[in-house]
Amino acid sequence: MSLHNDDRIELQKPLKIKSRLTLLVVASIIIGSAIFAEFSIFDLIFNLDESLSLIGRLFFPPNWSYTTRIISALLETFQMAILGTVFGGIIAIPLSVLAASNFTVKYINVPVRLMLNFFRTIPALVLASLFVAFFDIGSFGGVMALSVFSFGLVSKLTYESIESIDHGQVEALMSLGANKLTILRYAIVPQVLPQFMSYILYALEVNVRAAAVLGYVGAGGIGQSYELNLSWRRFDKVGMIIIVSFAFVLIIDFISSSIRKRLV
Amino acid sequence: MAENILKELPIKPASNFIKRTIIGIIVIALFIWALDGLNYKGLMDTAQGTFLAMIRGILNPDMDYLTNYTIDGLPYAILETIAIAISGTFVSGILAIPFALLASENIVGKRISRIGKIIITMIRTFPEIILALIFISVVGPGAPAGILALGIHSIGMLGKLFSESIESMDIGVKEAVESCGGNNSEILFRAVIPQVAPEFLSYTLFRFEINMRAASTLGLVGAGGIGAPLIFAIRNRNWERTSLIVFVLIITVSIIDIISSRIRKKLV
Repeated sequence: MSLHNDDRIELQKPLKIKSRLTLLVVASIIIGSAIFAEFSIFDLIFNLDESLSLIGRLFFPPNWSYTTRIISALLETFQMAILGTVFGGIIAIPLSVLAASNFTVKYINVPVRLMLNFFRTIPALVLASLFVAFFDIGSFGGVMALSVFSFGLVSKLTYESIESIDHGQVEALMSLGANKLTILRYAIVPQVLPQFMSYILYALEVNVRAAAVLGYVGAGGIGQSYELNLSWRRFDKVGMIIIVSFAFVLIIDFISSSIRKRLV
Repeated sequence: MAENILKELPIKPASNFIKRTIIGIIVIALFIWALDGLNYKGLMDTAQGTFLAMIRGILNPDMDYLTNYTIDGLPYAILETIAIAISGTFVSGILAIPFALLASENIVGKRISRIGKIIITMIRTFPEIILALIFISVVGPGAPAGILALGIHSIGMLGKLFSESIESMDIGVKEAVESCGGNNSEILFRAVIPQVAPEFLSYTLFRFEINMRAASTLGLVGAGGIGAPLIFAIRNRNWERTSLIVFVLIITVSIIDIISSRIRKKLV
């Protein structure tokens, strides 16, 4: 039997129109937004010498004598981050249980989730400037802002891990006639606790970074001295703040991530 | 008989009571030390008035600002914020690829990849607001400074995620291209990129969601977007405008989150 031309199977190439159209749309969105924001790479290249001179003024020569002042401000920042994480973590425990769809009914977990989403969308800096309006300039407003912010973060991560627990243990307790609280204590908490601790540490890392800029709106910590020196154009001091706080954040991140690796 | 069974029982693990107590003491000491640094001055005398004014502001949002289609209006500021987030994400998506290749053990070997990983970690820990301030003094205040700040800062996260997906890719495809005599660029374009492209796109979209939130705060320091009008409104106690901006911001961010997570689910 021979194959005639008519019998040949022609494999149709998949239509490229759709993928090309998508590409076109994406490209026009990207180019459009670059034009809208008046972003051009030439500005950057032409101003390159300026950026180099700025870096020179920031870091050479380093102003070592300023370090002691920075360290006390950084410790205040760290204190704010710790308090924000602890308060946020405590509020997050009941709310993440309420938001988990395998533990509560829909009428409870959907509104709780909406509320969590609402809090996570408000930037920490905005929260801080709102709290400063109530509690005056100082670290308390910053701590409140960090608490609200980290409670949103920790609850979201925690309810997601509650939803992905091994259901066998829950069923085992149920078959023994346990009530909801017993299930929570003996089936859910032991499974979620290590992850919860790791999320708390993660929130601490994020909070240290966030606390370092909260001072910009008057909420205490290193951000305040940063804004002050920048407005006085003391670039040598600004450079020193950048170096020291960078080293500080790196150390905290390193410690916290090595603990987290052991936890999970 | 009973004694035998008792002997066979597994030994109870040594109690880590001491370790737990020490950790507990450290945590509590840290907490008390932190509480000591808190300067709580109580509510301000004006707090009640501020609260009432805020409630009034939330009830009467500044609708003129919403329908102001000029450069001073809310629609322009929101669009600018989105544009900053898109451009910043695009810049970082491109720039993160070489960093990710440099940090991947199966591409450059163990030693160089360690250096690459350290570089990426350093970029990640550098706060974006400070980057924005540096770029403002380079290109002047405005959206481009925000784009550059986001573009550089996001390399930290994208580079890490990209390199993880490169490291976990199927090495067989690469070897197949190699055995056919493919050179390095052919390996990159025929074996590496097709495998990691969907994950890269999904991570980039995820970063776009984060950048959308970040872009709305960058304006606080003068890097364009909704942040500047927002901080002015808060400082002037203009709660009518503040509530409107926060409300519109929440809706915009939520819509973008929903769209982007839909696309991400389709991609991977």
